[in-house]
Formats: sequence, C-alpha cells, structure tokens
Amino acid sequence: MTTKHISVTVNGEAREADVEPRLLLVHLLRDVFMLTGTHIGCDTSNCGACTIHLDGESAKSCTLLAVQADGKSVTTIEGMASGATLHPLQQAFWDQHGLQCGFCTPGMIMQAAWLLKQNADPTETEIRAGIAGNLCRCTGYVNIVKSIQQAAGELAPSEDAATEAAATIQA
Amino acid sequence: MATEMQRQTTPEVGGMGHSVKRKEDPRFIRGAGQFIDDLVLPGMLWLDIVRSPYAHATIKSIDASEALKVPGVAAVITGADLEKAGLHWMPTLAGDKQMVLPTHTVMYQSQEVAAVVATSRYAAADGVAAVMVDYEPLEVVVDPHKALLPDAPVLRPDRAADKQNNHIWHWESGDRAAADAGLAAAEHRISEDIYIPRIHVASIETCGCVADWDAIRGQMTLHMTSQAPHVIRTVLALVSGLPEQNIRVKTHDIGGGFGGKVPVYPGYVLAVVASLTTGKPVKWIEDRSENLQADSFARDYHIHAEMGATNAGKITSLKVSTIADHGYTDAAADPSKFPAGLFNVITGSYDFPNAFVEVDGVYTNKPPGGVAYRCSFRVTEAVHAIERMVDILAHDLDIDPAKIRMDNFIQPEQMPYKTPTGWEYDSGDYPRALKLAMDMIGYDDLRKEQAEKRARGELMGIGISSFTEIVGAGPSHDFDIIGLKMFDSCEIRVHPTGKVLARIGVQTQGQGHETTFAQIIAEELGFPVADIKIEYGDTDTAPYGLGTYASRSTPVAGAATAMAARKIKEKARHLAAHLLEANPDDLVWTNGKWSVKGSPDRSKTIQEIAFAAYTNHPQGMEPGLEAVDYYDPPNLTFPFGSYICVVDIDKGTGQVTVRRFVAVDDCGNIINPMIVDGQIHGGLTMGFAPSLLESMTYDENGNNLAGTFMDYLLPTAVETPAWELGKTTTPSPHHPIGAKGVGESATVGAPPAIANAVVDALWHLGVRNIDIPLTPQKIWAILREKGVTA
Repeated sequence: MTTKHISVTVNGEAREADVEPRLLLVHLLRDVFMLTGTHIGCDTSNCGACTIHLDGESAKSCTLLAVQADGKSVTTIEGMASGATLHPLQQAFWDQHGLQCGFCTPGMIMQAAWLLKQNADPTETEIRAGIAGNLCRCTGYVNIVKSIQQAAGELAPSEDAATEAAATIQA
Repeated sequence: MATEMQRQTTPEVGGMGHSVKRKEDPRFIRGAGQFIDDLVLPGMLWLDIVRSPYAHATIKSIDASEALKVPGVAAVITGADLEKAGLHWMPTLAGDKQMVLPTHTVMYQSQEVAAVVATSRYAAADGVAAVMVDYEPLEVVVDPHKALLPDAPVLRPDRAADKQNNHIWHWESGDRAAADAGLAAAEHRISEDIYIPRIHVASIETCGCVADWDAIRGQMTLHMTSQAPHVIRTVLALVSGLPEQNIRVKTHDIGGGFGGKVPVYPGYVLAVVASLTTGKPVKWIEDRSENLQADSFARDYHIHAEMGATNAGKITSLKVSTIADHGYTDAAADPSKFPAGLFNVITGSYDFPNAFVEVDGVYTNKPPGGVAYRCSFRVTEAVHAIERMVDILAHDLDIDPAKIRMDNFIQPEQMPYKTPTGWEYDSGDYPRALKLAMDMIGYDDLRKEQAEKRARGELMGIGISSFTEIVGAGPSHDFDIIGLKMFDSCEIRVHPTGKVLARIGVQTQGQGHETTFAQIIAEELGFPVADIKIEYGDTDTAPYGLGTYASRSTPVAGAATAMAARKIKEKARHLAAHLLEANPDDLVWTNGKWSVKGSPDRSKTIQEIAFAAYTNHPQGMEPGLEAVDYYDPPNLTFPFGSYICVVDIDKGTGQVTVRRFVAVDDCGNIINPMIVDGQIHGGLTMGFAPSLLESMTYDENGNNLAGTFMDYLLPTAVETPAWELGKTTTPSPHHPIGAKGVGESATVGAPPAIANAVVDALWHLGVRNIDIPLTPQKIWAILREKGVTA
C-alpha cells in the first residue's frame, strides 16, 4: 500500500513518519510514536479514551486519520506535566480520587483541559456536559467533577495563569 | 470478635481508616500505565478474528486462500486446525465446555470462526476481510422458554445421550413444602414475573493478550487482561499439557474488570496457539464491537416470585422459580456447588420463616451468559426480586414501604442469623441503616411533597432498597472453582532496611490494592504505607490465589494480609525479646514497637527489629523476616445498606430523572474511606445504568441489537446523579480486621431503589411492576395506556 510522508509536532517535538493513508491518528501516536498514554476504548467515537489536542483543540484521535495531523501540533497526556511538576488537572485527579482503573483518565484529563480553556470557571452542570463525550466506568463521575473543580480553582486566580496553563497544554 | 475500628496510626503511617492517596495514581495520571495494548514485544505478530454474521448456522466451508495472499498475513487458523490438536473445545469455569473455534456449527452471532495472524494490526484486519466462509443458516433459539419446548432444536448435540435438550441444570435451595404451606396459609399473597435483562460490563479497556512462546526455554508467557491469573495458569496447564512451572501469566494494569475479565475467551487461546505455531509473540486485542457482541454477559434471569404475608404486612413465605438464560454454554464463574451463584440470598434483609428457590439453566443461541456485571454470583438478581416484591406488598397493603421493611427486618440482636436457605449472616444492623438514609433524604417531607404533587397530577416517586450482600467466597468446605478452593493469600517480606514487599493472590483492576493492602500492613506492623510495595498479577512471583471478583479481595486476601502480618509481628516479638534481653511474654505491642511491659523506654521499633532479623538474630532462630498466609475464611461476609431514590417522571416524554439518591452502606471496618466512597460511586453508577439505560437485546434471528456504544448506552456524567453517601459500621465478627467487601454492594442495591421509585410514582395509575431498563419509550407507552397525557 502506498504511504504518505507526514510531519507532526507531538508534545513540542517535531516527528515524521511514512504512513498508510488509512492509519488512524491514535495508532500513529500509540504504535508508531509509542506514546501509549492515549487509549482506545471504542470504535464509534463514544468513549473519549483517545482524546488529545490537535492544534490546541480537543479531538478524538480514533476519529482522525494520521494524515489529517500532517503539519499540525498534537498534545497528548504525556505532554501535560512539565518534568516532575504535574499539570493542575493531573494533581487534582490524584488528590480527589478522580480515577480508579486509570484507563479513561488520560482522555478525561485532556478533555477537562480543553473544557477549562473554554470556560475557566464552569458550574457543575457545565463540567458534566463538558465531559459527556468521555465515558468512565469506574468512578461514577463524582470525583472527576471534583477534580476538575479543584483544577479550575487553581487555574482561575488570574487570567494570566489560565492562559499560561493553556499555553503549557499546547507547548 | 472484631469491634468497630478506631484509627490507631498517624496519617504518616496511614493504617486503617485513613484516606491515603493512591500509590498507583502517579503512573495513570501521566499516561504511563501499562495496559495490555501498550505492550509491544520484538517480532510480535497480530491476531484478528473472523466472526459469524449468523446466530446459528452450519459452516459449509472456510476458504483462507485469498487471506493468505494478503501482504503481511502469516497464518490463518480454523477449527479444523485446532481439532487436530484437540484444542477446538475448551472447558468453562462452570464445568461446561466452549468452542475455541467451531468445526461445524456456529452458535451465536459474532462467534469466533477463524483467526488471522499478520505482521500488523491493519494487515490482520485485511486478512479477516479476505477469509471466505460459506454458512447455511439454522433455526435460531433466542427465547429460553421456547428453548425448553419439546420441539425446540437441540443446541448442544455434543452432550450426553440423556441430555439431548436445552436444559442445562436444575438447582434448588430451601424447603419447598414449607414454602408452599406458608403461601397457602398466608392472609395476603402476591405473585409477580420479573425479568432482569442481559447486560454487559463494558469496561473501557476491552480484553486482550500477548502470548509469548519461547521454544528454547519451553516457556509460555501470557500477558493478559485477567482478574484471576493463577486460575488461568492452571487451566492453561491442564488444557495445553505445558508444565505449569513453565507457564507465566502476567496481568499488568487492567482497565476495568467488573467480572468480564474472569473467563477465558477464545481469543486468548488462539493467541497462545498462534504463538506456539509461529514461535513469535502474538497480540490479540478486541475492538469494542467484538467485546460487546461476543464476551460474556450478565443477568438474563426470568424470575417468577410468590410471597405470602399477613394483612398487617408481616411476611411469612417466599417461593421463587427462575429460568436462567446462559446462551450456548454455561461459562459462568460461579463456585461449583452454586450454578445459580448465591441467588438463594434472596430472602434478603428480612426474617422469613420459610423460603424456597429454584433455578433452571437453559441454552439459547446467544453468547455465553451468566458471568458478571460487577456481581457475578446472582446477588443482584436476588436483591432486585426481593426488594421489588417487598415494595409491591407494601403498596398492595397500603403500608409505607419504609415501615414494612422496618417491620420485617432481621434485628441486630438476631445476628448471627441463619436464613431459611442456609446462609449464616455474620452481622448487620438494618434498621439503623434505613433510619439514617431516611433522615439524610428527609423521607417524611418527601412523602408530603409527593402527595401534593400527585394532587396536581405530577409524577414523583420514592423508592427504597434495603439490601443484604453476600461476599468473600469463600470457605473451602463449600466454595471452589473447577475444584480449586477459594482461599486467598499474601506473602510479606520485610527487608533489612525496614521496607516491605508484599505480594497478594488477588488482582487490582482499579480498586486500589496497591494502597489498601499496604494500609492493612501499616495498621498491623506500623510500617508507613510509603515504605510498603504491593505486587500482584505475576504468577511466577505472587502466591496462589483465586483472583479478584465477587468483592472477595478484602474479605479473603485482606484477611490473609492481616494474618501474614501477624505472623511477622509474632516473630518480631521474639527478635525484640532477644534485643532487649527480655522475656517475650513481657513485651507489649504499641505503635509499631515491641516494649517491655511497664518500661516503655525499653523498646524496639519494627524497623530496628527488621534490621536485626538479618544482622543479629538469636542463634537457633531462623533468620529473616517473612511470612505467607493462605486464608480459608470461616464464613462469607454480609455487607448491607439502605438506599433511597427520588424520581420525577416527565409525562410528555416518559423520561425518568433521578432527582436525589441517598446511599447508606455498611461494609464493616473501612480500610480507606476515600476508596470505599469511590467504589460506592462507581457501583451506584453501574446500578443506575441497567435501571435506566443498558440492555443487550436480540431480534428473533439472534441479531445483537446493541453491539456498539451507539446502541448500548453507558451513563455519561450528564445523566449520572450526584450521589449522596452515608455510612454505618458493623464489623464482621469473623474477619481479622472486621472488614467485609464493598465493590459490588451499590451495583446490587441501586437498581431496585430506582425501579421502586418509578413504580411508586405510577402505582396509583394501576402499575404494579415494570422491568428494567426504565426507558422513556417504555414509560411513555405505559403512561399513554393509562390515559396520562402531558
């Protein structure tokens, strides 16, 4: 099968690959770039375990082709912490017991980061609606909501901080 | 007797009762977990599966020639290939047998028909698309009642000559004559058919494995999604003939189990066969559609229940007959003596003088059923039936559903309580839990609000469920799976520097064992949780255990952990006596130290003792500081709770909204309150799901109608209620740390609370029972039938 050469910036690092046009973005990330933090939980775009940021926007990487990411920037869960310092959402999920098996967690954190970028001070209803495309089978969502509230509280104090956090996500 | 636990340790040590943050989380929040599909081995091949479009058909031919031409395809495996090695059938954990690949007949839609092995995920899928299978459809049996008719096609002609029908087994419990007499003498008698539909656990991670055969060393390593790795190792040894010491099962991180990762699926076996034949590691990962359509299912119980009572509402007798739809094979993971699990816990929280339960297992053209959905042992089915029946009785007699429960509860002073079906409840205080739930939700005010709303024509309902769970399988005199007794284990090694490695026979798939089992050791020995590493899921290193399902980890392996720690504590006493030059009988244990009675200054910390165990042990004593315990529990544990749910029903759409849900749980002494709350949140959501959303349905041709997440509706954060939790603590008297189990309580307890609330909202319209899921379509049709309009 013919392949196409693509260039993608992944977590700030320039990456290249020769891929089949049909290769899903999630398989590029997992099987080619070996970034296995992005998970696959369904084949119908329902579960959101594969959520990443594409040019700063939340996207389900099982529903995109790798070639669609050509020339673009991808942020995965592996790009959220800076060294030993966790992203406020990562810290909040840990603090609030916002995860159990941990399988949906990367996608949930990526979606929550996008949600907080759109709305720095969401209500509980807005948080619940904002993660409706991400399924969790373990937690019943209660502590995920609390985690996002904690992170929102930490990110919210100044507009600058929120902007900075969003920039970190993209960087 | 264990008593209610007061916290003994500081937060820094983190023993029982502390909400210690989870030790496993740092890897998960960074995306650094090691799930099965993350594993890549050098030279690894991929396996994908050809599946049947028919629910029942003869395979006329399989042509793999085109598939073998697909670039990257290395092999195609069919039933005929397996038959040569005698591997086309495999045993199920329930003692039935299951096809790995069919040689003649497919028995359900999406059944595995052939396997393709290739150099990549995509090439394997291309190969699957190129395998040509010619089928001749056969008559399909979907309804288990029809399966029992004399003219139904025999689905399992492979069975013995005297079993040429679709009846698998009959099981009964209790006293039929006494129950009949009780019903005949009852002043008031109710009778109801209740169906608990087929559902699927749908853990967000599907199932998969990497089988890695090393021909030189004769070693098979099977990396897999299993809740019970040791059982898998033993079964694999028995089926394959490979020596058990050369089989290593490793689980890594598991993305949710809920019982769905207990059975052995054909995909695992196919990967093993493919690795043996190619000499390379072979990965098999299900996609979601395969997972939903072919993996084991739960429930599917057609229950007929009869209950007798006095006119004052005192219940006197229960009789229950059930048809259990097991699909084409009984692949349940129930203990051998209990083909219907612990369904005879159906007398629940009530003091029944008489009860009789019978269950008949039946084959149909569906995937193997009877496995699990966060409760495999049929407790959910039992609790749903009894809690619905008690509610129907209350409404029939115009007695408040809370009062009828209070009037019939087994009282705390009756504990331990022997049920008419043979269980001995260890402890419980049912009135206290219900009273707390009623206080938390403001029960009396809600009843007033309901009356006012009903007068205005609005539909509001209040539902109660006061359930009794039965977990911790189990005592070896009654409990085994394929002959393996259901004990569990822990091995503790204390290192010279006072750090601890402990290995357990159970497996975590999200429960947080790395944290909670460390807390048990911290409680018993005073080592800080941070100094204790918990390992599991590697059969080469972990002690033998039956795995994690049916809420058995804390009741069984948790007990083993406490007992192993106590062995270490006892040896530490003798080491301390040596170091302190004191008589061992004169030492007392406090806060991680052995001290001389009356001279607290003369003491040795557990860390000092650990060092001495390797550097300065007394002559004649065995050096080192290790212990292992295999715990055979004397009884099961019986967690319980009372849940109250408030629903509003939209008359225009039939939509049920859970406005409030209060859950009071009692799981005995608590190791980690934060984790217990998390377990209850998740359990409630998996109780909510089949109550309102999830159901695996089939058309008359056996076509699966809910085979993707587009049709099989998992709750999102939007529908899921904001759960309100309460607690009472009634320790288990026989468990070393007074704990019970909690993982499945809420899944068991929640559905009848929701169903009772919905029927409560509609009872005045003449509605007695509605089977779950209570979908808008179903409620809308009932409202229209009853003449209710928006």
